[in-house]
Amino acid sequence: MSYFVYSLIGLAAGVCFILALKGLSTPKTARRGNIIGAIGATIATVVVFFYSKEGESLPLNNLGWILGAIAVGVIIGVPAARKVQMTQMPQLVALFNGVGGGAAALVAIVEYLNLGDTASTPVVIATVFTVIVGCVSFSGSIITFLKLQELMTTRPVVFPGGRFVIAGTLAATLGSAVWVVIELGTNPLLILAALSLLFGVLFVLPVGGADVPIVISLLNAFTGLTVAASGYVLDSTLLIIAGTLVGASGTILTRMMAEAMGRSLFGTLFGAFTAKAQEAAGAADDRPVRSGSPDDVAILLNYARRVVIVPGFGLAVAQAQHTVRELADLMISKGIDVAYGIHPVAGRMPGHMNVLLAEANVPYDQLAEMEEVNPTFAQTDVAIVIGANDVVNPAAKTSPGAPIYGMPILEVANAANIIFLKRSMRPGFAGIENELLYDPKTMLLFGDAKASLTKVVSALKNL
Amino acid sequence: MEPIAIISIFVLAVFVGFEVVSKVSSTLHTPLMSGANAIHGVILVGAIIVADHSKTNLELGLSVAAIILATINMVGGFVVTDRMLEMFKPKKGGETK
Repeated sequence: MSYFVYSLIGLAAGVCFILALKGLSTPKTARRGNIIGAIGATIATVVVFFYSKEGESLPLNNLGWILGAIAVGVIIGVPAARKVQMTQMPQLVALFNGVGGGAAALVAIVEYLNLGDTASTPVVIATVFTVIVGCVSFSGSIITFLKLQELMTTRPVVFPGGRFVIAGTLAATLGSAVWVVIELGTNPLLILAALSLLFGVLFVLPVGGADVPIVISLLNAFTGLTVAASGYVLDSTLLIIAGTLVGASGTILTRMMAEAMGRSLFGTLFGAFTAKAQEAAGAADDRPVRSGSPDDVAILLNYARRVVIVPGFGLAVAQAQHTVRELADLMISKGIDVAYGIHPVAGRMPGHMNVLLAEANVPYDQLAEMEEVNPTFAQTDVAIVIGANDVVNPAAKTSPGAPIYGMPILEVANAANIIFLKRSMRPGFAGIENELLYDPKTMLLFGDAKASLTKVVSALKNL
Repeated sequence: MEPIAIISIFVLAVFVGFEVVSKVSSTLHTPLMSGANAIHGVILVGAIIVADHSKTNLELGLSVAAIILATINMVGGFVVTDRMLEMFKPKKGGETK
């Protein structure tokens, strides 16, 4: 295959990626868009096997190793993607992004070892960039995975002098980058990789749980840029196009996500260093809360005219999507006006809750976005908050020290009655106390969301 | 490739990337991120190229690792995005926004 034909097919794959991103931006075409992207990626991968540079012959060297490695990747990747619970999908995306960054860094290292002293300075600079950003994306994504999987604390991790350690690591990383460019050696490159991995960890540790999705999106954009840089080193137009597309669209997406959460990107990344210490939550623990029985909840609902359901991640964890739909259907059959108030970041990622409710066949016309539903709370008799906390926490408006300060919230406080379905008094993902729990018009129903909802449904049926 | 050609491709791709996702409802933020994530799995192409011209065992070992990671990224990414989007398919009586 000539270089011209090879490049032309690469360009076709690049166009597929553009169409894929375009398609993914509208619900109607999203699935088709993703499939177009997959076709583009397949074309791009297959065509490499049929092209060799001048003076070299086909098949590719190490063909057995290459095909074997692809098979291993498929065997690991496909079942992971198929079997993952929808609730755990954000951490899987983080992990996939991380391994992509790792792959880009490894490609850059191999090419560097291969070129040896013949590498030109621009190529070395691109290599250094790929190694730094790829390693940061890899280790940073692992930390976001651990946070989302709750294998480590979801709170911002800040240690004394943290910002100096981070600044020091960054300086050392950049210093060793310069060293690699000047000295051209294997050891400096490995030191650079190690420092970059460390920086990735330190970079993500101070980010609070609720902001993790923004960081995943940012690291995703980073990985895209490393792919573009690899494209430069390997002289592949396709990699430059694909990587740049992801880098640019990922940056915009990151900004949009941050806006949906009412956060500035800067605040997300460095907020933990500037925020004042949180007010002591200890004093609040002794205050009385009003807890009710499923029957109390059913009675309250039976006499309501308008009910807004606010689902949160707790609902998904309890796998209660179907039960909540049953409750909603029952209320509608009793002539009660029912809507779901969906916070843009309900769940663990923007749009995550919509996916989870769609899985339970909740009709779209009942899902109301935050802007739609907020003005209606004043006319709402009962707001049922199921396994959500941070997205209704008034601290986002009233307490400048809180990590979620500035995030738009669902204003359930304006409803006549509030019911919280909670497992315990434990604070939400962002780790802050919710004043609303102590409000006199709030009733708490403790227990597993699914079990509680089932009891409420049967109590309501008997009324 | 000519440096100016590379810079042109890069700059134009930046603008295309900005344009295509300029208006996305928050509902689709997660699938879009996941889809973009799968696209950068195309680094697999780079991993195969370096595996082809690996001369030492170290180089081959590292490129095999890169191929495995890139394949997981690409294949897993597209599959998980498709699973997410499957939920958005229009249903009887309901209508997709």
